[in-house]
Amino acid sequence: MTTTENAAARADESGTPEPESWRIGSLETLAVVLVLLLLVRNRLAGWLTGPGLQTWTTVFVSVMVQAVPFLVFGVVLSAVIAVFVPRSFWARALPSHPALAVPAAGMAGVVLPGCECGSVPIAGSLIRRGVTPAAALAFLLAAPAINPIVLTATVIAFPGQPQMAVARGVASLVVAVAMGWLWLRLGKAEWIKLPHRPDLDDTSKARAFWAACRHDVMHAGGFLVLGAAAAATINVVVPGAWLQKLADDPIISILVLATLAVLLSICSEADAFVAASLTQFSLTSRLVFLVVGPMVDLKLISMQAGVFGRRFMLRFAPTTFVAAIVVGTAFGAALL
Amino acid sequence: MSRITQAVVMLLFGGAIIKSTVTDTFLRYVKEGLRPFLLAAGLLLVAAAIMTIWYDLRAARLRKADTAPAHHDDDDGHGHAGHEPRVGWLILAPVMALLLLSPPALGSFAAGQSGSVGPAAASDYPPLPAGDPVEVGLLDYAGRAVFDGGRSLSGRTVKLTGFITPGPDGKPMLARMVLACCAADGRPIKIGMTGAPIDAPPDAWVDVEGVYSPEVGTDPVNQAQIAYLDVRSWQEIDQPKQPYA
Repeated sequence: MTTTENAAARADESGTPEPESWRIGSLETLAVVLVLLLLVRNRLAGWLTGPGLQTWTTVFVSVMVQAVPFLVFGVVLSAVIAVFVPRSFWARALPSHPALAVPAAGMAGVVLPGCECGSVPIAGSLIRRGVTPAAALAFLLAAPAINPIVLTATVIAFPGQPQMAVARGVASLVVAVAMGWLWLRLGKAEWIKLPHRPDLDDTSKARAFWAACRHDVMHAGGFLVLGAAAAATINVVVPGAWLQKLADDPIISILVLATLAVLLSICSEADAFVAASLTQFSLTSRLVFLVVGPMVDLKLISMQAGVFGRRFMLRFAPTTFVAAIVVGTAFGAALL
Repeated sequence: MSRITQAVVMLLFGGAIIKSTVTDTFLRYVKEGLRPFLLAAGLLLVAAAIMTIWYDLRAARLRKADTAPAHHDDDDGHGHAGHEPRVGWLILAPVMALLLLSPPALGSFAAGQSGSVGPAAASDYPPLPAGDPVEVGLLDYAGRAVFDGGRSLSGRTVKLTGFITPGPDGKPMLARMVLACCAADGRPIKIGMTGAPIDAPPDAWVDVEGVYSPEVGTDPVNQAQIAYLDVRSWQEIDQPKQPYA
């Protein structure tokens, strides 16, 4: 570590270069944290011997490991959108009338094979590049639910019941488009508070690209950690036997699985297998589970609050939750 | 968090992902198919970290070269831009858990908490491959035992590999976790055991040899049907590289 780097790091912290001052910067903090962790390493392993805690750590780490590829590829794609795709492209690619742009953006979700962790930063980039928020939100909701990988997984998870995948795709698209149109009517621009990002207007495209990657990884990644911790807690604390008792009532079972979809925060590419395993629940309630999960869950709520601001999240997540339950139940009653 | 600090965190993040992929530790958390994507994601994280450091050092050198503070790229989300990168500190939690603890694969605690995967009815059960004993997966065995009435199992000695988990009656059962995607959705497949008594502790991995038993139980957690094996012999083994079914 040279003095130049130290000075640069401290200059970063304060915003003005002050190479002589002795403030404790984030780099020094990080070094201390790492050394302390190494020192207590053995004791740390001793504290985490309880089977519950150990399972918590395993589930926490596995949610993160599972999400990392989707997070990183989502971040890279969103950086490409934010830096390299010119604003004029979106004006040409999407219908100019917002009411038509919403379903178009929802359908565009079909081509993005990924799960929900990647679509939050992408939607943020779309809004930044001048796409109408309603269309970007329709994309945000539709992309993780209706892409080919997720629908294929659903077909495989429910052998002999292809109508499950059909119902899932159509119901998710309907919710996404309905939420987009609802935003057009009721949404207020000031609810979305995208952080100020001067680095995106950097004269050097390459530098702007890597700055966007770094920012989104740290940012979305941090919120993903919060969500993973919450999901791991639910996973360890809620025993399966409780669910069994709640499965008998048709209305309660729908509400229980909708809530469970939010709490478990399972990747949209895997949730079909979990839904298939909840055999004691009705098909309709499992469809609701599949519609709600990719649109509202703990890690998404956490990431949306980070990318779009808390005021947005407080309005958007509950409304989407209700819309997904209503539409999912309707399609379940009609198709299953 | 300064840019250099963020770069170090990203470097650790990418490094931890690459390390667990290369050492096969990642098999405790996710499916094997994720390997290339994890490697690519880890390399991208490392690349982003290196590029961040490189641009930062160059900016520092430029600043030194002409003393006027020409660059205002000091903004990295601080001040009015909000405290958002502060949430990035949290990334250290899973990274350090991966590097320092490498949490073990799911075991008997998780197996006891959720109901067994019910064996699936297949339309036909092809004869078992040659071998005495013949190695059979727990799910395959359960399907053949429960739905095929053990027809394709008769006269054969089978070898099952799993870990010991206490059953509802306190007697040991053989279990293996089944993953759809990652350990968060892991569910156990449990096999009851009669015959030779097994006194291995919970979470111990064992190879069990035995023959078909017509006994069928139910899992009290979700009323799934549970197949039984008549144990002839068993031995403790090391945890297999791929702990999940």
